[in-house]
Amino acid sequence: MKPQTARALISYLSLILLYLPSLAVAVFSVNKARFGLNWKGFTLEWYQRLWNNEYILEATLNSLIIAAVTTVIATVIGTALALGLENAPWPKSCHKLFDVIINIPVVVPDIIMAVALVLAFSFLRQFSGAFELGLGTLILGHVTFQISFVTLIVRSRLATLNRETKEAAIDLFASRFYHFRRVTLPLITPGILAGAMLAFTLSLDDFIISFFIHGPESVTLPIYIFASLKRGLTPETNAISTVMLIATVIMAFIAERLTRRT
Amino acid sequence: MTETTGAADSLAASPPKIPKRKNTVTIAGILTAGPGLLWLTIFLAVPCLSLVAMALATRGQYGDVVWTFSTENLKRLAGFGLFGWSSDLIFILLRSLVIALVTTILCVSISYPLTFHMATRSKSVRVFWLILIVVPFWTNVVVRTYGWLLVLSPQMPPAKLLAFLGFLPPETALYPGTLAVYLGMVTTFLPFMALPLYASVERLDWSILEAARDLYANGYLIFKKIILPQTMPGLTVGLIVTFVPAMAMFVVTDILGGAKYMLIGNLIQQQFSQARDWPFGAALSLALMLLTLVSLTFRKLKSPDQKGPKE
Repeated sequence: MKPQTARALISYLSLILLYLPSLAVAVFSVNKARFGLNWKGFTLEWYQRLWNNEYILEATLNSLIIAAVTTVIATVIGTALALGLENAPWPKSCHKLFDVIINIPVVVPDIIMAVALVLAFSFLRQFSGAFELGLGTLILGHVTFQISFVTLIVRSRLATLNRETKEAAIDLFASRFYHFRRVTLPLITPGILAGAMLAFTLSLDDFIISFFIHGPESVTLPIYIFASLKRGLTPETNAISTVMLIATVIMAFIAERLTRRT
Repeated sequence: MTETTGAADSLAASPPKIPKRKNTVTIAGILTAGPGLLWLTIFLAVPCLSLVAMALATRGQYGDVVWTFSTENLKRLAGFGLFGWSSDLIFILLRSLVIALVTTILCVSISYPLTFHMATRSKSVRVFWLILIVVPFWTNVVVRTYGWLLVLSPQMPPAKLLAFLGFLPPETALYPGTLAVYLGMVTTFLPFMALPLYASVERLDWSILEAARDLYANGYLIFKKIILPQTMPGLTVGLIVTFVPAMAMFVVTDILGGAKYMLIGNLIQQQFSQARDWPFGAALSLALMLLTLVSLTFRKLKSPDQKGPKE
């Protein structure tokens, strides 16, 4: 066999392996069989039943609320952080320390971040009941990892801005705020949007960290799916998983588009 | 620091303004960067450091944390349990390393042919392949892993085929087991390896490759002397972003592995749920963090060395 053929073969095989599991979930979500995995014909019944399953509806609602709220908070804080780091003359040693802190969520495994958050919440719980595990802690936890990603994306966008426009604006006696509003902000908007989309997707998709910091009353969609594996899979689980797969893929595509326009 | 000099230069026409501007920059800087840095410090940096303190505390009778100094958890990490020394924990740590290592090696050996295939396509086809590799990277790990439960179940073709060939008793699923775990692991981490590697392979200097072939260099020599050095940046990134999370994985092993595939990630998760032994969980996390730092320094050691022979 020629090396090119072998390479093509391995490539197609790996594509099959990458897509087989998600495809299986999607196929069984439209399978008529309630029990077992034999093909009994096409149906959309399980998707209709999603509307009557209060647990799934609640988990979906929780996931969406958390993703929406955290995205807004993390985008504002993360963008401000990126601007503050790029525009202020911080000493070099400060920059190094800040870089380490910002990169923790990128480098450290999720499970360690989850453990760190559990410790933080248990300590803070002594002072306020707001840190009981629940929607609140999920929001705080998600924002923690989102900030870093938003900051990194907005910063890379800020780094591409040329100094000349800024200097020209200052020479023409534009105030700092005016310059920011009319020059910097429009230029970095694609970056901010891409960061926001990424934050939203990361929140919707997160399992490991949420698993550690959720309360009994605040189940998100990935946690619901994981728990339903232990109880026994139902076709409804396949249906909601397929909805989630499609939603994240669409989100990811939009985020990709926004970053590529740079 | 080009920033400050740039601003100062442009303001040279109005010198008295310089100090004032500088001050406002710092205050604005603190006001904008402050909240984010404070947030990350409170919820991430400090708790990460406090893992050390927690690892040195003990578990109370009801699963609470008792802040008395003890090295008990560190001893437990070394394998000294309630009933004397046992090799269980050492095995779990070793298994995590082995599974992460094998997963990484498998991902590398698939990623090279894959990225070479991708890089030699025409431009539009290349973008299409890239999208196909990125999409699984975005989809939920729980869903993708339980998809394997469906694929490997007894009623599906793979298990039926193996049963027909006599490798498997009929009506048996292909999970839990080694095959299922590695299928889950490799498909989870393949994009992590392939994407950074592709970035390097795409920039490969193909003329050197052709020259080497013209001079009858064999495949091994070509890989070692030409491909490996040129793809080193992408490969090291890929190795780290695959190996580190693979070591900490608990979803795939939990769903597809069963009790035999307990990894350090599963053990940490247990300490914080069923066992309620936070100090021991913290000690385990610390061990994992240490392994992470070791793999990160490997990269730092690697990069200067990789510039050396080139220049």
